[in-house]
Amino acid sequence: VLHLVTTVEQVRLLERFSNKSTSGTLHLTATHLIFVESNNAATTILHHHIASVEKLSLTTSGCPLVIQCRNFRVVHFVVQRERDCHDIYSSLLRLLRPVSYDELYAFSYNPKQNEQQREEGWQLIDLGAEFERMGVPCDRWQLTDVNRDYKICETYPRDLYVPITASKPIIVGSSKFRSKGRFPVLTYFYQEKKAAVCRCSQPLSGFSARCLEDESMLQAISKANHNSRFVYVMDTRPKLNAMANRAAGKGYENEDNYSNIRFQFVGIENIHVMRTSLQKLLEVVGSRFLSVNDYLLGLESCGWLRHVKAVVDAAIFLTKAVTVEGASVLVHCSDGWDRTAQVCSLGALLMDPYYRTIKGFMVLIEKDWISFGHKFADRCDQLDGDPKEVSPVFTQFLECVWQLTEQFPQAFEFSEWLLLQIHEHVHSCQYGNFLANNQRLREELQLGDRTHSLWAFLLREQQNYLNPAYCPTYADAHPVLEPSTLPCHFKFWRNMYHQFDRSMHPRQSVLKNVLTLKESNCQLEDTIKDLETVSTCIKSNQILFKHGISPPTPDPQASPRAQRILPTDTERTVEGSSGTERKESYSDLQETYGAKAEPAVVSLEFGVARMTC
Amino acid sequence: MEFAELIKTPRVDGVVLRRPFLPTVEGTLCLTGHHLILSSRQDNTEELWLLHANIDAIEKRFVGSLGTIIVKCKDLRVIQLDIPGMEECLNIASSIEVLSTLDSVSLMYPLFYRPMFQVIEDGWKSFLPEDAFKDLESMTEEWRLSDVNKDYSVCSSYPPLVAVPKDVDDDTLRKAAAFRHGGRFPVLSYYHKKNGMVMMRSGQPLTGTNGRRCKEDEKLINATLRAGKRGYIIDTRTVSVAQQAKARGGGFESEANYPQWRRIHKAIERSSILQESLIKLVEACNDQSHSMDRWLSKLEASNWQTHVKEILTSACLAAQCIDREGASVLVHGTEGTDSTLQVTSLAQIILDPACRTIQGFQALVEREWLQAGHPFQQRCSQSAYSNSKPRCEAPVFLLFLDCVWQILRQFPCSFQFSQHFLVLLFEHTYASQFGTFMGNSASERSKLNLSQKTVSLWSWVNRPQEVERLSNPLYEANCLVIWPSVAPQSLLLWEGVFLRWKRSSRCLDEAYDEMVHIIQYNKELQNKVNNLRRQLAQLETEEAGEKED
Repeated sequence: VLHLVTTVEQVRLLERFSNKSTSGTLHLTATHLIFVESNNAATTILHHHIASVEKLSLTTSGCPLVIQCRNFRVVHFVVQRERDCHDIYSSLLRLLRPVSYDELYAFSYNPKQNEQQREEGWQLIDLGAEFERMGVPCDRWQLTDVNRDYKICETYPRDLYVPITASKPIIVGSSKFRSKGRFPVLTYFYQEKKAAVCRCSQPLSGFSARCLEDESMLQAISKANHNSRFVYVMDTRPKLNAMANRAAGKGYENEDNYSNIRFQFVGIENIHVMRTSLQKLLEVVGSRFLSVNDYLLGLESCGWLRHVKAVVDAAIFLTKAVTVEGASVLVHCSDGWDRTAQVCSLGALLMDPYYRTIKGFMVLIEKDWISFGHKFADRCDQLDGDPKEVSPVFTQFLECVWQLTEQFPQAFEFSEWLLLQIHEHVHSCQYGNFLANNQRLREELQLGDRTHSLWAFLLREQQNYLNPAYCPTYADAHPVLEPSTLPCHFKFWRNMYHQFDRSMHPRQSVLKNVLTLKESNCQLEDTIKDLETVSTCIKSNQILFKHGISPPTPDPQASPRAQRILPTDTERTVEGSSGTERKESYSDLQETYGAKAEPAVVSLEFGVARMTC
Repeated sequence: MEFAELIKTPRVDGVVLRRPFLPTVEGTLCLTGHHLILSSRQDNTEELWLLHANIDAIEKRFVGSLGTIIVKCKDLRVIQLDIPGMEECLNIASSIEVLSTLDSVSLMYPLFYRPMFQVIEDGWKSFLPEDAFKDLESMTEEWRLSDVNKDYSVCSSYPPLVAVPKDVDDDTLRKAAAFRHGGRFPVLSYYHKKNGMVMMRSGQPLTGTNGRRCKEDEKLINATLRAGKRGYIIDTRTVSVAQQAKARGGGFESEANYPQWRRIHKAIERSSILQESLIKLVEACNDQSHSMDRWLSKLEASNWQTHVKEILTSACLAAQCIDREGASVLVHGTEGTDSTLQVTSLAQIILDPACRTIQGFQALVEREWLQAGHPFQQRCSQSAYSNSKPRCEAPVFLLFLDCVWQILRQFPCSFQFSQHFLVLLFEHTYASQFGTFMGNSASERSKLNLSQKTVSLWSWVNRPQEVERLSNPLYEANCLVIWPSVAPQSLLLWEGVFLRWKRSSRCLDEAYDEMVHIIQYNKELQNKVNNLRRQLAQLETEEAGEKED
């Protein structure tokens, strides 16, 4: 039910990179902002997606209102009357700042599903089964119940896997020596070499403190792997940051105290650097009449691609240590829920083809991000919180995955549309999966009873997210992906950061075309079977008929499968994706392309530089 | 001169060939007059057949008696040959150096090459101006084919036949030619069927510092305007560059003398700057550094993408004047053989669906580049690695191909050809067994009698199997004008050329093959369904017939 808050007529929506505008009516409901053009085309924006609203100073044509969204949509309205503009502005400010989880859209979103379907949706992913798939528990790793009641670490899930030799006192002692109690636990088990990927937070070592239990814990991890005499400890932070943490009683492992470890800094910057970097990137690519040189210089100076590459480089290091050397690796950063999540999940994606399937990718996110307590609420600003806690860490992870899909077009079952859609809903608060900061809080909120699961929704329409070039047997030849780390392979992800800027995208989509053909191939195969059946039927009827028997004639049209022969709907609309448009759309484009009242002045749009006469 | 004199050591055994992403091959190296050949003398092992003409530069290194020659090719590939024996290595290196830089046209490979395939259609006759004019005649009667340049005396870089306004006589053309750089008087480049507007191209007017004018030139271009209509002159140079040209006798059309025309200046760089840009870009792409900042700043400093954007923007502008403003256009820069052709040919890609077919694109290259007098031999005699001082080299045509690739990326279903065709053209402009890109103009090609003495690239391309290889499986004829986006975010580095040898393309190739397979399989299934339907219909009629009996 839409509660209409306010409606304003005669509003103009300006196109972002051109001088074109459309006029229509702006509606504000309790959950959405809806702009309806005179031709009934509607632009709908979920309030949760709005990152900021800005009222610019009055101009001759009206009062401009600029709305920036977390899915990188930027809309620029011009409201004729200043009072109306102020109304919308203040209503939005009120609506944009939910203070409690109960106000989030997930609790009112109702996709007309029955209770059973809803419940099944939450049962789709079972992390216990996932560890079993990896071969855990086994003779070296076991499930521990120390955190059954979130008593040891409230940001960890209930079920944790540790080396068999790690006794309860060791676990408790180690957790006390680790930031936020996040002691080393198993996140991925590379069965082939029995090598483990473990994760934790930084040790509270300060300048000299040590903890025998923590040392035993690492020893236990090392002992659980007979392939290697040592365990890598990857501190994903830059060395300077880690050293600075020592002054605050935190820090990193001293190699002298831990036997058999190899310590390594990786140098991924912190959440604040990443936030600023993406902001700068968006400023650069958001400017109109951007020159190629400013674009490239901007890409360089904002550092975003450098950071993305640093994360991928770290994942490659992890993967090589595990798959080539057969060594176990312990990954941490400060709290072990941002960079650690990025590196562990990306490493697993490189090592294990299962995570490159649609279902497997969901499992991966569920495991390394949701269950291990990546603070989605804080990082994605779900409630009106501390702006310093907001950071695009998960977006960056998705981008790393995209960079890999570009290098390995046949290795992934999904296309970038899945990544875009997940990104959309991490911020939409429409599904329960990403709400709150950790599993304990999610249980308190009873999300499983009160909201729907995104995974169920995505799996139901998974044909939209398939990568038509995916080759399931690719994994046999390349179980482990070895991406190139040359900088030229890291590209600006236009379809993410400009996903709503239609004019910048190819006008025709290879992905969509081939996907449609592939679907059509399946249907044609069915049709052929049906037609063949029908024709054998008729032939045998004719024989029967000759013998004077007349059975009913099968009607080929009556076969339900034969009816599906019509080409599938080519209008694939993935919300929030840049998937290209109908065929007519480039004739639309012509309409908008520089048509101006005065014939003597040619204006070029869509990023085409202005003419100097 | 005999090639044998230049080849001191024709054969060396035990040479090791190293290429990126391919297994090392050991074999015998042979030098012939035109090729460097490495043969492992084993079946199924790929051998190297490299045209000397494709070699841009070589480097020698010695470790003890083992010599290494690094061969840098014009197609941007870099290969390494490890040659045992210092003397052999030195001999090979010096022979390659000489053979790859032979200036004499009469020694060029196309004159020696004999096709190993059957020529179905002689490419030298595929795109004659007379035939192209027939198409024009079917659309309009306002133009005629003039043979004023039949002996190349009016303009040495024009073909013998050019299309000009019907009402303008040859005498006027001769006078206008004297007023234009290189005698390149305004001629028809493109007729826009939709609204009858035209695009012309020429060299700069020779106004000089004292503002010379030429009534015949004015008459010539005004003859292309409809009554009361204005036209646009797109000068591919900036205002200041055009101003400076006056001092050297060149210049631009003044408002006073050309009141019916509106002049617009664009900023496409001169060829020497483009060559420098290519060298920097290739250097950036070959940089093995893993620093993101270094890569981006080198890419930026090369300015390559800026040139792509500038050229595309100018072409969009020309296309827009014609299609959106309903105005005729005259395009020129200085000589009218480089940036002018980039603009006129790209504008046609945007406007004319015919240019997006395999045949149509060949016709475009033939018409707007070869016949229009782009000096291929000068521009493509060296590529990005050459150590010798560049003379007239410039990647003008490569930039055009890059721009076409950008449009192809944005409209992946609107072109009958895939990027393979563009890459093929890039390769053949720099080194080829075919005569198509030899010489600098129609007149030079005619003097060398290339159409008799060499095979045309188009003869090769237009064989069914090659056409299939170059085809875009996603092609669906699209009669619309296609406007590309030239936002920097929409322009990509052409990896198929610049990163081609820098990464293993296997993953990408396999994905492409898979796509082709899906599309072909779809066609097969469609056919099968249609056949079954037909059979079924027949069976049903038979059955109905039998029942009636």
